[in-house]
Amino acid sequence: MATKEKEFIGAAEIKEEEIPVEEMFLNMGPSHPSMHGIVRIMVRITGERIVWSDVEIGYLHRGFEKSCENNSWNSAQIYTDRLNYVSPIINNVGYCMTVEKLMGIEVPERGEYVRTLVSEVSRIADHITALGAAAMEVGAFTAFLYAMKAREWLYDLIEAACGARITTNFARVGGLCADLPEGWIADCKTMMPQVEGVIVEMDKLLTRNRIFVDRMKGVGAVPPDKAVEFGFTGPLLRASGVPYDVRRAFPYSVYDRMEFTVPLGTNGDCFDRFLVRMEEMRQSVRIVYQCMEQLPEGPVNSDDKRAYRPAKSNVYGNIEGLMNQFKLVMHNHGINPPPGETYCSVEGGNGEVGFYIVSDGKDKPYKCRCRPPCLPLVQAIPYMLRDHFIADVVPVFGSLNMIGGELDR
Amino acid sequence: MPKVDYKNLPVNYQTSVQKAEMGLWEKIYYPEVIRGLWITTGHFMRNMTVHTLHLFGLAKDKRGAVTYQYPEERRPIHRRYRGRHRLTKKDDGSERCTACMLCETICPTNCIYIVPEEHPDPTVEKHPARYEIDILRCCFCGYCVEACPCDAIRMDTSVVEIANWDRTKMVFKKEYLMADIEGPGAPPKDDPPEWWLK
Ligand code: SF4
Ligand code: SF4
Repeated sequence: MATKEKEFIGAAEIKEEEIPVEEMFLNMGPSHPSMHGIVRIMVRITGERIVWSDVEIGYLHRGFEKSCENNSWNSAQIYTDRLNYVSPIINNVGYCMTVEKLMGIEVPERGEYVRTLVSEVSRIADHITALGAAAMEVGAFTAFLYAMKAREWLYDLIEAACGARITTNFARVGGLCADLPEGWIADCKTMMPQVEGVIVEMDKLLTRNRIFVDRMKGVGAVPPDKAVEFGFTGPLLRASGVPYDVRRAFPYSVYDRMEFTVPLGTNGDCFDRFLVRMEEMRQSVRIVYQCMEQLPEGPVNSDDKRAYRPAKSNVYGNIEGLMNQFKLVMHNHGINPPPGETYCSVEGGNGEVGFYIVSDGKDKPYKCRCRPPCLPLVQAIPYMLRDHFIADVVPVFGSLNMIGGELDR
Repeated sequence: MPKVDYKNLPVNYQTSVQKAEMGLWEKIYYPEVIRGLWITTGHFMRNMTVHTLHLFGLAKDKRGAVTYQYPEERRPIHRRYRGRHRLTKKDDGSERCTACMLCETICPTNCIYIVPEEHPDPTVEKHPARYEIDILRCCFCGYCVEACPCDAIRMDTSVVEIANWDRTKMVFKKEYLMADIEGPGAPPKDDPPEWWLK
């Protein structure tokens, strides 16, 4: 029996056992309480030990790339909201930065600061949801509820800034949908200490909690060279000890002016991932404070008439603005980047979110490809689960923070 | 796979997350349970006090929980919230829309359907004979509002109860979109806010 199983990925050594155990095939998912998102994990177990596992993805496939090709450059942005729907603003910003790079548009300083600020707010929301959900799946329900409370505050801030909690649609090619509303900074200043308080509480409840640590420690470890081979990015790669963070390696927006550190783990197990995400939230809070402090006055939107819509007072008030508005909306007139291709990436909640776009000079993307950070993580599940127990599926899967929208696109 | 020296990649700002071993105190487990219960009891006491005070009509500004007791209590909605669309009206009560088709053009989901028609008043060029939004297809992106050159469509209603038993009733007609909204979800009465005109 042992030899037969070795053909499969991640086959485990099985010792000859005294009591013959029957092998069993088990489906976890597609719709399982511990699977956040729709994904199917298939495992073969003997007793409690996993001898083979595989993942089936694609249940949430919506045709992101094809949909983008049928929409104008600005409208394609709404599909990026649905990629990582816990931190959609980072995707919005990433997409718009790519188009701006192709067109050579500069966003004013304040615009970049606001983008950074709101991205970091949504990164905290992303990590806190991921940690809360991972903790809930291994039984710490209280921590999950506290995390949701903090996420509610953060989503409130996001709603105040862009008009929706999840389908934010915040960025535009050449700027943002609008400047931050009045009093937003003050709200954020009162909210951040409370969020920090929740982070401290989660730390107290989980980090030295023996049940939690026993479930997480040493589970699903990925050594650094394997992590690089799989193509990991983000918190999971850093948990394995590889110092790669897009914000540091290729600083975009105003990240080169921010002071923050890149937390690193040692052996890349689930507990390291937890600690890295925890520390990253603290660093994000730090960046938020710095952004609020340094936030300059001025416009947030580029005055490039090729891309950004004219001010509404001009549209309502004079013919030039009105013409410009019509030119930007009409088919075959709107934003027309020069023919060419470009790639640009940002650090998303789960890692490097990259957009590769090709333009043929028309008003629609010829091709828009997204590099989802989740896919390399999910393809490593059979590797992480090798030689583990069936109970370890849940912490391993929880620590990946798989987001269906991003994985299946 | 080339050999890479992972420890010396050119990113020199890094901290290691410390992973202290569990001490005996944590391994015994019970003191830690009590410490955890201390945190949760603290929350319970605080929230219960706030809820009790609310019963007596006190401390209304403090919230006991982040959840809202909908429908008795409605969540305050931010001014920028993109709610159900409405068509604004001129002073004489007719629609402001000039059937310029910009919103129909920009709509990423093609859910707006407009049939333009000559306006009975010769000083006004066009107006929509039919203006329909298939709200089931709408993704509430707000591009139609951004595209409109004459402030004829807005999404400031904060109506959140968009539901029906029948799909055909979810295609909102012009009259419905122009009707005044009373009670919860009513749009603010003022002109477009300053940030909008910038
Ligand atoms: S909100 Fe977006 S999807 Fe809905 S009608 Fe307006 S443009 Fe179309
Ligand atoms: S953009 Fe405004 S004026 Fe033009 S058709 Fe739409 S609602 Fe009417």
